[in-house]
Amino acid sequence: MTAAFVAGADVPLKRRLKRAERARQFRALGLVLPLLAFLLFTFVVPLAGMIWKSADDWEVPQVMPQTVAALKQWNGQGLPDEAAFAALAADIRTAREAGTLAVAAKRLNYIINGYRTTLLSTGRKLKEQPAPGTAKDTLIGIAPAWGERESWTAIKSASGPVTSYYLLAAVDLTRNADGAIVAAPPDQAIYRDVFIRTFTIGFGVTALCLILGFPVAYLLANLPTGRSNLLMIFVLLPFWTSLLVRTCAWIVILQSEGIVNGSLQWLGVIDEPLRLIYNRFGVYMAMTHVLLPFMILPLYSVMRGISPAYMRAAASLGAPPTTAFLRIYLPQTIPGIGAGCLLVFILAIGYYITPALVGGAADQMISSFIAFYTTETVNWGLASALGAVLLLSTLVLALVYGKLALGRQTTGGLKN
Amino acid sequence: MSANHSPQTASQRIAWVTTVVAATLVFIFLMAPILAIVPLSFSSSTYLTYPLPGLSLRWYEDFLGSARWMNALKNSVIIGVASSMLSMALGTLASLGLAQWKSKWKPLVLAVVLSPMVVPVVITAVGVYFFFAPLGLTGNYLGLILVHTALATPFVVITVSATLQSFDMTLARAAASLGAPPLLTFRKVILPLILPGLASGALFAFATSFDEVVTVLFLAGPEQRTLPREMFSGIRENISPTITAVAVVLTVISVCMLSTLELLRRRNERLKGNAE
Repeated sequence: MTAAFVAGADVPLKRRLKRAERARQFRALGLVLPLLAFLLFTFVVPLAGMIWKSADDWEVPQVMPQTVAALKQWNGQGLPDEAAFAALAADIRTAREAGTLAVAAKRLNYIINGYRTTLLSTGRKLKEQPAPGTAKDTLIGIAPAWGERESWTAIKSASGPVTSYYLLAAVDLTRNADGAIVAAPPDQAIYRDVFIRTFTIGFGVTALCLILGFPVAYLLANLPTGRSNLLMIFVLLPFWTSLLVRTCAWIVILQSEGIVNGSLQWLGVIDEPLRLIYNRFGVYMAMTHVLLPFMILPLYSVMRGISPAYMRAAASLGAPPTTAFLRIYLPQTIPGIGAGCLLVFILAIGYYITPALVGGAADQMISSFIAFYTTETVNWGLASALGAVLLLSTLVLALVYGKLALGRQTTGGLKN
Repeated sequence: MSANHSPQTASQRIAWVTTVVAATLVFIFLMAPILAIVPLSFSSSTYLTYPLPGLSLRWYEDFLGSARWMNALKNSVIIGVASSMLSMALGTLASLGLAQWKSKWKPLVLAVVLSPMVVPVVITAVGVYFFFAPLGLTGNYLGLILVHTALATPFVVITVSATLQSFDMTLARAAASLGAPPLLTFRKVILPLILPGLASGALFAFATSFDEVVTVLFLAGPEQRTLPREMFSGIRENISPTITAVAVVLTVISVCMLSTLELLRRRNERLKGNAE
């Protein structure tokens, strides 16, 4: 068989072609692999790591291993036994010497406000390991909080290895001392509002882009090619201009000494400058401007393909222009409207820079909270959980977009 | 084409005029920021208001003479060039492979390859920050180049794949049948023909990196601050007229890139026209 293959003569052509094709497929895969490996390292693994961080509960098991082990037996009713108190005292003393007590204190403080003080002051006041049998009294003597069941359920609930705490917190839920899922306390329950705000701004910007983009796309699609290419510059130039440049320009235009307020005051329309920036209006203005080309381009490409014969046929059959437009033209633009709206919405809900620069405190979207918890307060668990929720929403929408866009082959030669 | 909108009735004429007026207003809206900021950069005043009290180039001198801005420009160019070259190499190879590869896994691979374009940059930045920090890839060029490459590659893959789709594969087969090994075929036949597409892809990649600020916010140390990063802090603090000068310089760079792209597109269409 091998000899026949080397000679090549006896092997049927069909099989040889198959072999050649298989070799070609391997070579093709070999060309794709470097990029896949690269993206695995710079993109896929980091994202997976972020999602893992939203459930990873490492602080308490690492800093207080003896307490965690001692609480394994505890059923959560009443106070744990003397051994658990002794383990806690030992853990606190070790962690204080290693300088890691603050790490566990920070984690436990998420569950009970004030836990940090309890733990750190206990660490300060606990000069030596209490004599056997006196750990409970000593600790309660230092901080009465150790005599409360909640202090112990908090440690137990944070004993890892995974926690639902951050993911629940990202949707304003928490667990009470008995482990049941309940609404988070009002001062922490802000993220649902932030998500609603993010989606509201996303919807608003999408609607504005559609209203503003539709006539432009229609005009460009129905002009002679030369003139529409010329006008296309007005869409593409802003599209290619740096995001920071455009955001900066909107501040210059809209601020209280800016161009709009200056002109209106000069014309005598207003006496006091209007507040046009660092509020929701500024966010809508700047974001619509940034995202408008993403609406115009897919709409334009769909409208360009609609034959004018349909409208003429409708008119010749006696349809009034409005009817012809609503019942003949508009339905044919639905794929473009769908693709444009999804694209703008996906991009809008992930926006960070523009709201951060032109919005007020009440206009910050979910991205800015993710950034805040990553760099400012270093609550990586919550940052990751909020990121995971945003990522999930985006991927679901992107999947829908993929179905729409690939159906229309807008991604070039990527679909066979 | 012009005949299909020529209005026949009064109501059609009104509809067309309304469209033109509406579209014109939107064009003004689209161009307003650029039109507003260019004259201000030539103002002699420190206030960003009209009418301009006088013309001067002092803000451009300020920009060119500032070590901080020049360092930012240098960083932007270094990171932009390095990441566009890297994403070109990876993206072109992958596009060549994807054009021939047939498998039920292809949609999944495509989804992974294109996903950096879809996932909100802040999420990518946070994930990469967590992952790179323990590896010592924050606060240096390498980390930024790697993440910008990941963000730019989807644009390269889309552009190059579109070019390959219009490439006539019989030419490659003809070269092969005349005895050319695959690499020679690529160098002498395929590459010259898809070069405009590659150049567009490289421009897209460079533009992506050149305009990116979110990952820079997370990963860059004080030494790696890029132009958008310096603009971000400048806008946060107080917009000085120097920023408007930087903005105009960046806009000029955008115009150059856009014109190059347009030229490449036309050349490509001409080539396609000749082939048919």
